[in-house]
Amino acid sequence: MPRQTPFHPRTAALCSSYAWKEWAGYAAICNFDAHSEREYFAFRHTAGMIDVSPLYKYDVRGKDAAAFLAHVWSRDCTKLKPGRVYYGTMCNEDGHALDDGTIANLGEGRYRVTSSEPWLGWYARHSRAFDVSIEDETDKVAALSLQGPRARQILQPLVETDLDELRFFACDTTTLAGKPGWITRTGYTGDLGYELWMAPEDACHVWDAVLAAGQDHGIQPAGLDAMDVTRIEAGFVLQGVDYISAKSCITESLKSTPEDAGLGWTMNLGRPGWIGRDALLRERDRGGSAWQLVGLELDWAELEALYDAYKLPPHLAPAACRLAVPVYNESGKQVGQATSSTWSPVLKRYLALAQVHRPYGELGTKLKIEHTPEFERCKVSVTVVDKPFYNPPQKAKTPGVERRKAAKAAAKEAAA
Amino acid sequence: MSTLGSTSNPYDAIIIGGGHNGLTCAAYLAKAGRKVLVLERRHIVGGAAVSESLYPGFTYSVCSYVVSLLRPWIMRDLELVKHGLKIVPLECSYTPQPDDIGLCRWPDPDKTRREIARLSPRDADIYPEFGRAVGRLSRFVKPFIDSPAPDPLSLNPKDLWQLLGMGKAFRELGDDLTALQFKLTTMSGVDFLREWFESDQLIAPMSCSGIIGTFLGVKSPGTAYVLLHHYMGEIDGSSRAWGFPVGGTGAISEAIASSARSFGAEIRCSAAVERVLIKNGKATGVVLQDGGDELHARQVVSGCEPRLTFNKFVGAEHLPSEFATQVNRYKCRGSSGKVNIALDRWVDFKHRPGDGMHVRGDIAIAPSTDYLERAYGDAKYGDFSKRPYINLVFPSLLDRGMAPPGKHVMSCFVQYAPYDLAEGPEHWPEKREAFGDAVVDTLAEYMPGLKDAILHRQVLTPWDLEQDFGLTEGNIFHGELGLEQLLFQRPVAGWARYKTPVRNLWLCGSGAHPGGGIMGAPGGLAAKEMLKAGAV
Repeated sequence: MPRQTPFHPRTAALCSSYAWKEWAGYAAICNFDAHSEREYFAFRHTAGMIDVSPLYKYDVRGKDAAAFLAHVWSRDCTKLKPGRVYYGTMCNEDGHALDDGTIANLGEGRYRVTSSEPWLGWYARHSRAFDVSIEDETDKVAALSLQGPRARQILQPLVETDLDELRFFACDTTTLAGKPGWITRTGYTGDLGYELWMAPEDACHVWDAVLAAGQDHGIQPAGLDAMDVTRIEAGFVLQGVDYISAKSCITESLKSTPEDAGLGWTMNLGRPGWIGRDALLRERDRGGSAWQLVGLELDWAELEALYDAYKLPPHLAPAACRLAVPVYNESGKQVGQATSSTWSPVLKRYLALAQVHRPYGELGTKLKIEHTPEFERCKVSVTVVDKPFYNPPQKAKTPGVERRKAAKAAAKEAAA
Repeated sequence: MSTLGSTSNPYDAIIIGGGHNGLTCAAYLAKAGRKVLVLERRHIVGGAAVSESLYPGFTYSVCSYVVSLLRPWIMRDLELVKHGLKIVPLECSYTPQPDDIGLCRWPDPDKTRREIARLSPRDADIYPEFGRAVGRLSRFVKPFIDSPAPDPLSLNPKDLWQLLGMGKAFRELGDDLTALQFKLTTMSGVDFLREWFESDQLIAPMSCSGIIGTFLGVKSPGTAYVLLHHYMGEIDGSSRAWGFPVGGTGAISEAIASSARSFGAEIRCSAAVERVLIKNGKATGVVLQDGGDELHARQVVSGCEPRLTFNKFVGAEHLPSEFATQVNRYKCRGSSGKVNIALDRWVDFKHRPGDGMHVRGDIAIAPSTDYLERAYGDAKYGDFSKRPYINLVFPSLLDRGMAPPGKHVMSCFVQYAPYDLAEGPEHWPEKREAFGDAVVDTLAEYMPGLKDAILHRQVLTPWDLEQDFGLTEGNIFHGELGLEQLLFQRPVAGWARYKTPVRNLWLCGSGAHPGGGIMGAPGGLAAKEMLKAGAV
């Protein structure tokens, strides 16, 4: 029986679709309306607001907090400055990915770590050598994410932090509509966005304030279905869908290294002392990872022709698809599987994330994917393309920094 | 003077007119490595797909205002999203009534069914069935708007195959649908819809698609086909809804222009063309107005309307007389105007207040079929409708950047406003404000607080559309979308493949196949034909 998040009184009142699902033991909304389209377009064109409280959250403190986090996570957290956030991967001793998540340095020796699975036991087991205290604060911190190009304009009047100066992957202790909390410039949509962290008793107050501030900006409460489309467009993998945590994976061959899961960029094999590194070094010496996570684009004309043969218009699922389908090379041999796919309403392209054998992961490689119109198995051409599929300029830009850059360039030009 | 465009080093192609089709054609040619120059008369690209700020803080989509048919293959080929294009779907179609809550048709089929059931439970059940039948017909039509028109007189095997394919697709529709197709091409919109539905409140707004940009009434024969043309409204590959481009329709032109530039095309604004240079029956370049500079090119492409192209830029002396006659017979009767309004605050509809989802789509002032037919009645005798059909959109509700927070922009497509006033089209400027008043008076019957909230108003009559945007007689589609002016007859029978009787002169605008609307298909297909023919 799923529990209610601190935002439940507000979200439940607006959820006219009654479409809920379980997320980490909490009741979470798939879409507020019969269809997630409006919520999707809010993420892309205005701002979508989504309750992300079910994320697992850990408060990590103590003299060795940074060293401990650098030991269990792929990132060197001893270099994480106060006010900054890392995105990283956690591996087991075999070098297989367990989970991915964020580590925020909140200052004064305090870190907040998020993940999609519970890891208190894992942390306890690996923290014995460190002077560190770890507390599960999942129930003690409510989280609200505001994502989209208008997020900054909407939030600025509500927070103390100067958002023109808050950089991509930065965090700050602040007030949220007068209540104490934190803001991080993070998210799961690949656009400008912020996540707000607060005490559960303040959750509804903050929800109301953000919704009111966003009224003239086209704000829209959004559910998980819309976010799923945006995260595929952004090229973000989802644990449990695009790769399976080694913790819950029974079949050895289905376990993934960070590289297999498209998370290779979050690790540095040159840095010693983190769990999984030794196994990954050995794998590198054997020739490296056998798999690669790639972006695929379906040949739309071919898909249309396929449906036309059944006298149908192309069928587009109303949400992203998480059903894994085989991927073949041109001679028909299976070389991998597509794990997430979606029609991108913004890009007018049909996209997929897939794990393929490494030689087939080169950009521009032509492959085939299984597609089943009217229950018949067919193949459609796909091309390996670059990720992120959608990458708007405002995602990582910071107005204050841009202004100083422009001023500097102007001064340089004037001097010349 | 630069060496570009001199006789020794000419452009591969000069495109007259920087509208969305001219730009699309330029982008495709430049993408294929050709040296291309686009000449736009106005200070800004876009033609009739243009966004301008005429009142501080507010942006108008001056002419065209929604998009549905922009071809997805063009969006992909030209990477328009990377160049800034964003389209938000319209939420709803709302038809207010003066004394009743009116009718909303939503993306949610069950919600729509409940709304229609209030008027007629029978119609409510038939509505989705109608959608499926017309959807199948659109599937039959769609391949034609994505490829050049077949030539029925040609013996070229390719054309014959294409025609054969057309016949095959037609047979595959099945007997019921074939009958439906004949009905669609011969009946009036209202008669056609009455075969399906009984509620006039439902039929009226549905029949409006059959008259947009056409000088016919909802009860005139042939309008059923135009209805289908609009039903093809396509977002996301499947026939679906209409959308609104973030930044107004000018943002579409800007994105295409940016894509064209990235491929190396040159675009010059404030560069009006005087005429096409023709030597020995061959187009060799253009002469500019102001200064009379000559620019040379291997091919000249006109994105302008055919009558403007041939009568003004070419001249009858360079055309076969039969062709010149046909061009002048080409129907461009303008029938609509546009009113853009800046609002100081939100104004409620009398019977459905609030700025909720019901107004985040298109709103049709079309309370009954008789109302629409009366509007046509005024126009038949050379006057604008006293109570016109209005298609209303609030862009600021869909894209908050169109107006300052809390304020709004209102875009009104107004029909009928006949180009040929009884006293002559040149008298439009004197009647402009009276026309604008008729629109505001009409809307105020549904939105009582409207008049006090208006900060600024722009009224465009068919005369203005002709003078300012080069739309002959103010026709928004570069020639009516009647069946007699489509496919291999657009603009002139035998000349539907973008070629013209003047060698090296091509058409790429909405006056060429497959026609008007922000599709980009004429521009894209013209470029592909030119490349295939080895002309550039």
